[in-house]
Amino acid sequence: MSSRPRGAGRGSSHNRPSRAIDRIAEPWGTRTPYAPVDGRSEWPVRVDRHISVKADEVEQWVQSACVLCSNGCAVDIAVSSGRMVGVRGRAVDRVNHGRLGPKGLFAWQATNSTDRLQKPWIRRGGRLVEASWNEAMDLVVEQSRRVMREIGGLGMGFYTSGQLMLEEYYTLGVIGKAGLGTPHMDGNTRLCTATAAAALKESFGSDGQPGSYTDIDHCDTICLWGHNIAETQTVLWTRMLDRLQGAQRPRLLVVDPRRTVPATMADVHLPVRSGTNLALMNALLHELIRSGSIDRDYIDAHCIGFDRLAAQVKGWTPERAASICEVPADDIRAAARIIGTARGLFSTVLQGFYQSNQATAASVQVNNIHLLRGMLGRPGCGILQMNGQPTAQNTRESGANGDLPAFRNWDNKEHVGELARLWNVDPMVIPHWSPPTHSMQIWRYAEHGSIRFLWISGTNPAVSLPELARVRRILAKNDLFVVVQDAFMTETAALADVVLPAAIWGEKTGTFTNVDRTVHLAQKAVEPPGEARSDLDIFLDYARRMDLRDKDGQPLIKWHDPESTFEAWKACSEERICDYSAMSYDKLRGGSGIQWPCTDASPEGTERIYTDGHFNTDPDVAETWGHDLETGAVVDEADYRAMAPAGRAFLKAAEYQPPPEEPDADFPLFLTTGRTVFHFHTRTKTARSPQLNGAAPTAWVEISPADAEPMGISEGDLVSVSSRRGAVEVEARVSGVRPGVVFIPFHYGYFDFTGNPRAANELTLTEWDPVSKQPYFKFAAVRVELVEKGGGRQSAAPTNTASAPAGPVASHTSGGAAGAAEENPE
Amino acid sequence: MNIGHYISLLDHSEQALAKAFREVGAKHRDEPDVMVMCNHLASQCEGHVTALQPFVERYQGSTSEDEPDRLHSDLFGGARSGSLALLRDFHDLYLMATEAEICWTVIAQAAQALRDRELLAVVHASEAQTSIHVDWLKTRIKQTAPQTLVAAR
Repeated sequence: MSSRPRGAGRGSSHNRPSRAIDRIAEPWGTRTPYAPVDGRSEWPVRVDRHISVKADEVEQWVQSACVLCSNGCAVDIAVSSGRMVGVRGRAVDRVNHGRLGPKGLFAWQATNSTDRLQKPWIRRGGRLVEASWNEAMDLVVEQSRRVMREIGGLGMGFYTSGQLMLEEYYTLGVIGKAGLGTPHMDGNTRLCTATAAAALKESFGSDGQPGSYTDIDHCDTICLWGHNIAETQTVLWTRMLDRLQGAQRPRLLVVDPRRTVPATMADVHLPVRSGTNLALMNALLHELIRSGSIDRDYIDAHCIGFDRLAAQVKGWTPERAASICEVPADDIRAAARIIGTARGLFSTVLQGFYQSNQATAASVQVNNIHLLRGMLGRPGCGILQMNGQPTAQNTRESGANGDLPAFRNWDNKEHVGELARLWNVDPMVIPHWSPPTHSMQIWRYAEHGSIRFLWISGTNPAVSLPELARVRRILAKNDLFVVVQDAFMTETAALADVVLPAAIWGEKTGTFTNVDRTVHLAQKAVEPPGEARSDLDIFLDYARRMDLRDKDGQPLIKWHDPESTFEAWKACSEERICDYSAMSYDKLRGGSGIQWPCTDASPEGTERIYTDGHFNTDPDVAETWGHDLETGAVVDEADYRAMAPAGRAFLKAAEYQPPPEEPDADFPLFLTTGRTVFHFHTRTKTARSPQLNGAAPTAWVEISPADAEPMGISEGDLVSVSSRRGAVEVEARVSGVRPGVVFIPFHYGYFDFTGNPRAANELTLTEWDPVSKQPYFKFAAVRVELVEKGGGRQSAAPTNTASAPAGPVASHTSGGAAGAAEENPE
Repeated sequence: MNIGHYISLLDHSEQALAKAFREVGAKHRDEPDVMVMCNHLASQCEGHVTALQPFVERYQGSTSEDEPDRLHSDLFGGARSGSLALLRDFHDLYLMATEAEICWTVIAQAAQALRDRELLAVVHASEAQTSIHVDWLKTRIKQTAPQTLVAAR
């Protein structure tokens, strides 16, 4: 099936009103309602543009795609006098139909920031000083060689990002896995999407999203499972909003402890107690089975494990879950009715599930709901186990994280053999004796001293990892050599032994893949500043200097630029589910992004996978033998084969367990952390965009009126929030968050701030889901105390998002003239 | 009839395993995943002990008095310190869990011969969990072994 729009009509601008909108005040812009008619449903085009020069001063528009969330909006970059001067959404693209979110519209300005890193830095006498590339890379190579000599590959660790390009990850993966032979490679994707991958693997045998964004166009029911989509994927939410305000409004179910924008519009909102998702899911499944709202024919033909699942959820009445989740049993029943009567069910899942207790077990139950209802693989019936970061899908695909490239199974000798033949190395070189090491364990080995070289690329663990005091302690260890590759002197870079200046988006060419498998080409529009180099060039240079060879003595890395890397990746992906083999840079230019698998048989890409109910569970193709969901115990090959899955999906079940840390007398509240629409990750870009930073300039804590009043806390007061691991001081926002839970955005660190600690991760705990190994950010027991009254002043938290005040709003979040972006410019 | 001895052996094994899980978890609290999982598995073992008690009593009288004490073996001498500690402690737990696992197999056989449906129900519910204990320990041992034996100082 073609997923490439034909373009005709979509690019034309007739009938589209041209206007300027304050996109800080109105993050989702103007509505273009739509609805399915006679089985057809097309989201209207709305082209968003923000440029800092007059339109006729733009000399060139360069095709790219946005990297400010996982949605993958296609964008053209405006260039004038060799500088980036703005962006415009691409009307022709299947993902965004011309739209951009506030981060996409404004964060490009960081590229021109005067504090970009322009030269390498190395630590001398305890201080970072500027150095040449030769000096820096000589030091990196010397230290690599020393650790390889003293320990071997097990002493080397690589911690990368969800924000580099596919070509960069693949190259890094080959360097680590086939060159150095280290199993210790992972991405910060462990923090954001590891559970997405794990849940897909456990149910369907392999990573790879069954859904498509166009399912939103056709569905009649939308479920947002722990997903504040209005702020994390603004343009995808815009698509839903346009359906919600059109004819045939879909029903909306939201599970979230905060009163998010989607929650305010939901038919049923379940603000469950932190850490209890699995109890809710078991009750919903119980209700579906009890009421017979399941598709027995689909289950019999395409699933394994129904009896065990049914037995597992049998006792889970809505009343039982209600007593644990602290939501009304009738609301759980109402939610089950919405799901049970859906004709086109569309689900998205994100951090509220992925970063919470029993993450994989709970996320797998979303898959189970769709499997039991037979609602997969046709228009309107899809699941997106969401990604957080723009290129997280590629970290997972390419093997720069705790997986083998192209979703190969580390425990399948034939899969390892394929890679060894492709890379022309001895299979013994490629670590496959246990799962590639997950990032939390990499940090633990570094803490322990058995990893002594750690190369961090494109991420900022000194703000994003849990329990920051511990992370800073590890980064500062004398026996750990730390390389940081970044565009800015981040909190992490400041602790490194070598800092390598990296080119960023718009300064290099590469591809990346969004959450619905759409691949985009992001092209170089401007030169990087000073001596900054692309991450790909840095990795290629390292491989050369390390003299990494294949088994015939030829250079291991046989490619030299983005396009030749892409061609190498295509060969690696061929005949795997993420097959890119019929794509090319040329094909990705000009039109829309293309969804994998893209093969000779489906040269225009594939809109939905698993359309025939045949999943990737055959032992010869599966990415994993699976795990016990409660403990993470690995299923062995013989047991897997004995189940004879033969393309059927697994219905896996687990018993609810309370979270490992719960409030007590000393720390009586739950802390949950999360995101705001105006910032991305640790603000390295968004803090350098005046509109975005102005909208959310510093951290805050959201607290319910019921919790605030007895402590004498009101809006704008300075409060301390402390846990067993640390404390922060932030302003209080008395908001619609559920009683018993406080929320702090995780974005804020210290590179632009010198006051008392404010990073949410000072408080979080070092624990993770046993299957996906994703750390828990959604529950930590904390205590809130008043530090200083604010005198009635409103806190600086945004007012038009989930952080909206519970009481009256004195001053609304707005961007003023600077926040204006055009819709449908002439 | 000697089943009473064996139920007592199983009872002892599960109690010892629970205690050892808790001790290893506490000793290695710096390994973030270990304490939480060890405590979770310990409470499952304690659940097995509780479920077994009616049968300990039911078959107590059927035990010959002179069965040697060495039916009970001690596999765990306390959690260790040092660079091999975690691996060796897991190794002990693994041996203990496999002992419990084979005890469940033995009791299952006897329960079938006795047509004791109640005991069989307890065996079925518990032995699946014990097998997961073995699998988890094996998974964790395989992950830990290379780093401990090759890279750690």
